Parts: sequence; C-alpha cells; structure tokens
Amino acid sequence: MPFELNASIYHYSQVNNLIREAIAKGEKELILTGVNGHRYLFAGVSAEVRAKIYGTPGLDLGCFMRGPRLEVFGNVQDGAGNTMDEGKIVVHGMGGDVIGYAMRGGKIHIYGDVGYRVGIHMKSYQDKVPVIIIGGKAGDFLGEYMAGGVIILLGMNTIYPERPIAGIYLGTGMHGGKIYVRGKVKESYLGLGLKPYPLDGDDEKELERLLKEYCDDFQMDLSEVLKEDFVKIIPYTHRPYGKIYAY
Amino acid sequence: MASPQFSSFYPDFLVQRIWERCIKCKRCVKECSYGVHVWDEKKKTLLADDSKCVGCHRCEAMCPTKALVIRRHPSDFREHALWTPWHIKNIYKQADQGGVLLTSTGCAQPYKNYFDHLVLDACQVTNPPIDPLREPMELRTFIGPKPESLEIEKVNGKFRLKKRLPPLIQLEVPIMFAAMSYGAISLHVHQGLARAARDLGTLYNTGEGGLHASLYEYGSNTIVQCASGRFGLHVDYLNAGVAIEIKIGQGAKPGIGGHLPGEKVTEEISKTRMIPVGSDAISPAPHHDIYSIEDLRGLIFALKEATEYKKLVFVKIAAVHNVAAIASGIVRAGADAVVIDGLRGGTGAAPTMFRDYIGIPIELAISAVDKRLREEGIRHRASIIASGGIRNSADVVKAIALGADAVYIGTAALIAVGCTMCQRCYTGKCPWGIATNNPELIKRLPPDVAYEKIYNLVKGWALEIKEMLGAMGINSIESLKGNRDKLRAVGLTEKEMEILEVKHAGE
Repeated sequence: MPFELNASIYHYSQVNNLIREAIAKGEKELILTGVNGHRYLFAGVSAEVRAKIYGTPGLDLGCFMRGPRLEVFGNVQDGAGNTMDEGKIVVHGMGGDVIGYAMRGGKIHIYGDVGYRVGIHMKSYQDKVPVIIIGGKAGDFLGEYMAGGVIILLGMNTIYPERPIAGIYLGTGMHGGKIYVRGKVKESYLGLGLKPYPLDGDDEKELERLLKEYCDDFQMDLSEVLKEDFVKIIPYTHRPYGKIYAY
Repeated sequence: MASPQFSSFYPDFLVQRIWERCIKCKRCVKECSYGVHVWDEKKKTLLADDSKCVGCHRCEAMCPTKALVIRRHPSDFREHALWTPWHIKNIYKQADQGGVLLTSTGCAQPYKNYFDHLVLDACQVTNPPIDPLREPMELRTFIGPKPESLEIEKVNGKFRLKKRLPPLIQLEVPIMFAAMSYGAISLHVHQGLARAARDLGTLYNTGEGGLHASLYEYGSNTIVQCASGRFGLHVDYLNAGVAIEIKIGQGAKPGIGGHLPGEKVTEEISKTRMIPVGSDAISPAPHHDIYSIEDLRGLIFALKEATEYKKLVFVKIAAVHNVAAIASGIVRAGADAVVIDGLRGGTGAAPTMFRDYIGIPIELAISAVDKRLREEGIRHRASIIASGGIRNSADVVKAIALGADAVYIGTAALIAVGCTMCQRCYTGKCPWGIATNNPELIKRLPPDVAYEKIYNLVKGWALEIKEMLGAMGINSIESLKGNRDKLRAVGLTEKEMEILEVKHAGE
C-alpha cells in the first residue's frame, strides 16, 4: 500500500515533513492528492522513491532533490527541478518559467508547453547528463547559459498553435550541451553566434533513446515524433569569455 | 610588420640586482612564475625582463643573499595631473589587445575612507575604563533573527523562556572569513581558513566553488554559498555548513557575475565544481530564478525547506545606491542576515572599471541599512554583516559601532598568508601560492602555515578589540552595536555625518 496524503489541508512545510517522515519509515511509493500551489515539494529529498502528485504543485517542485521520481497529473508552476541533482519529474500538463534551472542530473519530461527561461545553466559532469524534454512550445531564453546536458523541444502538444516553437534568445550564451528542436527554427531566434545543425548518427541514436522513454511516459507514438527532422543547436565555443580581456 | 606592443615598452617595475651580493644560485628563476628571471647558459649570467614583473616581491623575499630589489620603475612620463601613467598604460593595453581591462583585489582609487575620518571614544576620570586582562570582556556575537520580545515563565521555581529561540549562530569573535572560492584561492588556503575558523570559534565561507571533500569535517564553522552558477551545489553541500549564503552581488563587481577561466579549472577544481576540466565556469549576472523580492523569498525558503529549517540563510549584496531599500526587501524576504559588501571589497578577478568605479563605501552603507531597518522596526529580524576594506581591528570596531553585527575579512586574511597585493590573482600564477591551483605553486603555502598566520591575525585583532572596548568602558561587543555615540567625525561634511549618524569631534 503506497503512502497516501491529501495535501489540501496542509501547509507546504507540513506536507514536506510528512513526506520526509514517510520516507524515513521506508515508504517507497507515495501519492499526494489535493496539491494546490504547495511550494517546494520534495525539496532536497535524497531518496529513491516514487510519487504520484495530483493537482498543481507550486514553486520549485523537487528543487535540489536527489533521486525521487515524481509524476504530476496536472501542471507545474515555476522552478520545477531547480538545481535538481538526480531523479525524474514527469508532468502530464504544462510547465511554468525557469524549469530545470542549473539542473545537474536527472530528467524532466513535460507533456505540454513551458514558460520562459527553461533549462538555464544546466550542466553535466562525467556520467551525469541532465535531460529536459518539452512536448509543446517554449518561451524566450530556452537553454540560456547552458553548460551541459540535453534539451529536446518537440512543439507538438501545444495550446499555442500560432506561436513559434521557441521564443527569442534560444541558447544565448550556451557553452556546453545540446538543444534538439523538432522541425525548423528561425536563425533570428537563436542567441548570438549560434546556428542550427543537422543531426549526425550519434545524435540520432541519443535522440531516439531519450524520446523512447519520453513517449513511454505519455503513451505517445515514437514514430510519429520522429517523422519530422530535428535540428541541433550546439555552442560555438566552450570558452565564450576566453578572449574578451586585455591584460 | 607586427604591430608594436606599446604596453610592453614601459614596465611597471624595475628588477634591480645587486651584483656584488648575487651568488647566481638561480633561486630567482625558480621562484618567478611570470618568467621574469632567466639564466643565460652561454654567458653564465642572470637576465631579467622587467616588462613581465608584476611587483609581487617573491624573488626579493626568497633571494638568500638579498641581492634583489623590486622598485617602481623610475622611468617617468612628463607630469600631468589628469593623464597619469595608470591611465596612459591602460589605454596602451587596450589599444594593443582590445578587450576589457581585468584586475584583482578591491578598489584601488583613493576615495575618501570614512573609517579614517572616524575616531573612537575612551573613558577618562568618570566611568573608568575596564581592563580586559582582569575583567571578563565578551566578543561573543549571535548571528540570526532575534525574537521581538522574550516571554518568561516560572516552572518549579525556575525561570525559563516560554518559546524557544530561533536557531542562531554563535561566534566567539565578530570576524568571519569572506567568501573566496576554491578555484580562486588554493585548497591550502581554504584548509587554513577552515581550521582557523574552528579554533577561533567563527565561520569561513566556501564561496561559490563547491566544497572540497577534505573540508566537510569543518561543517559547524562553514558557510556554503549559493551563487548564480550553482557550482558544486547539491544537498550534501547545502547541509554541510551552518548557513547558506545566497550571493546576489559582490562589492568588487556589482551587477556582473563571475567566471573562472578554463585555465584554472584543473582536475581537482573540476571535481568540486562538477564541470569538465578546462571549461569556463560562468556565473551569470543574475540568478535567473530571482527577478524580484518575491522571487528572492522563493529561493530563501527553497533552501530552508531543502535543509529542514536547520540552516540560516544569508543574502549577500554589493553596496549600491539604494542599498538601504534593497536590504529592507531582503529582510522582509526572510533572510536571517544581510551581507553588505562595499566598494572596496576584493575579488580574484574583476573588470578594472567595475572594481574601481561601481558601488558605495561600506561605512555609509552599514549606517544607512542599520538606520532603515531600525526605522522600519525590522532590525531584529536579521543580522548585518559588513565587508569590503576592513584593514584592522579599529575598522571592525567602527563598522560595529555604525550598526553591523559582524564583519567579513577577505583581503586581510590573504595578506596574513603572504599576499603582497600585486593584484594579479586573475592570472592563476600567484607566486605566493595563494590565488593559484598550480600544483607546484600551492606547495609554497602549506595549510599549516596558512592556518597559523590567519589564526594569529584574528587572535591579535580580538585582543585589540577587547582593549578598545575596555577603554570605552563597555564589556561586551553587544553594547557597541550601532552605538554611534562612541564615534566622532573628523573632517566630514554635515551630510556625511547625517548619513553616518555621528557627531563631529568636539560636539
């Protein structure tokens, strides 16, 4: 029997305390219902647990967390996966701004659209490669300052058919990592010095591997997703500040 | 034809060798990490390239026969009050290379130093001075929010507090070590700072570079930092110290982030920062999850929640024009301490224009922030920690009398371990083994030596502070906090005295 909690009658701090207590008692499966703007759920939780979250978690869901696998049946507000270390967040809905800021590991799968400044300053180190996959469209500054990891933008499950797939300043200041975009992206939307490139064989393998897991999460048809070509955006240098000083 | 490099024509320093003392032992060649001294095998003699000399004085200090003197280069430009050699040479550098002038340490311009225009009081005849050698003198300071009021109840004939106090950090001396990252300074200096902090009963700050595995044992004397780059930041790190400092700004470079150049990202640094070897470690100018006071509150409580409210959260800002209003917002956002870093705060690397021309002096900022928080009735909700140009124990006393709870020292601690203020930390070649992670150079400053020097410095300052307090007739640093009556101005304007809330000498 999973640990079940109706969050609607509690403050976020109480919810987190109850979650931590349950985990300390050895619970591996958690179900939270009635979540309505509760901030910081699973903040800093370091454990291999699974949780189903029903409702709309508030700011910074899973920030600094290491290990939990969260499945949200609803939308997530700003900052989900902020500086997250390991684990996974699956969102059966949309995401707000600054999702996955400075994320160092783990995965964030969003079914629909996301807001501004998603995936800023993600970084990878050795075998830790964070991944964000967005099924819908993204606002401005996606992947800004990106230092590592992978962002995949599909533009499929969107409520904004009239908008471009990504906002302006896509990948501005990126000095590591990769952004894959399904279909085409206007060069004028890219950050200074960046260009879209066609995929090579390794990219295609990586993309297929990551998207298979994503499609499994949302019961989507992988072949449908892969029907269209992708482009990749990579940094033009790993040392963007290497040559701007006079000594 | 290659374009002439004007900046190399006029060296800053002259390497003078007293040949009758020189025994040609080549120690100077070994010591200079900038390649000034060269052994000419053919002529069997030593040569020196003045243009490479940064004035660190390492060779002079290490020369076994004292045969070297490093002097300001006597070659003069024609005198001109406006176009001084500093401006001329900066223009040459930029004309040669293009780009942003880079430097290190804190502001080098001779702005008015308000500490030097404030004098302290002492008791005479009435209210006799206290001698700290025969009477207890308390420097103990508590950092963190204080309750609005204390409710006391009597249980079984004993008095006790009704409500438990919020967590506070106890310092035995109101001097902490400012954030300097592992990467900017060597691991040995970090180890020295950590040990000194433990033995002095104070805290050191990891800076943004993460925490080396060898330093986790000093947790109860550690402040960890959460800056915009979030390097090496994970739950173990957040839980490692007693406080988490959100770095918004730095006095040496307000309004910009930082970057550790790829050259300094060695194998060990890479492990701690958790980024690949040789890549630039870039800290963006803002935290991209903080665009407002409400967002700041978001991060403060994210950190508190992630660490189960066991850690205090500090917020560090550079002292800028509206520092008082900003500090008020920070306190209202829920910070347990506001760290204000003034115009003269140091750095391992900053654009020269930022270091020298942006921000306001710390003395004015401390007073303005303390006053504003008092007026708003929220001074008790957070401590004020001041930094940026604290040079001696009298500066500490004055900062506290102006309203700070405690100070951070950075540059002073580095000078204690041998820094000669050559202002070239950004090169990563520090010949004194301080601002470098070159495996050969760091051997020059072993952790034991760093520890001893830093410990001695603060021990000396603590004794001096006790003496000064005693002379003023007070026996606890608490009684000095914001006690501007112990200060008098010498040579300040009405406006300056109004901001500092001090009277003029003679009043």
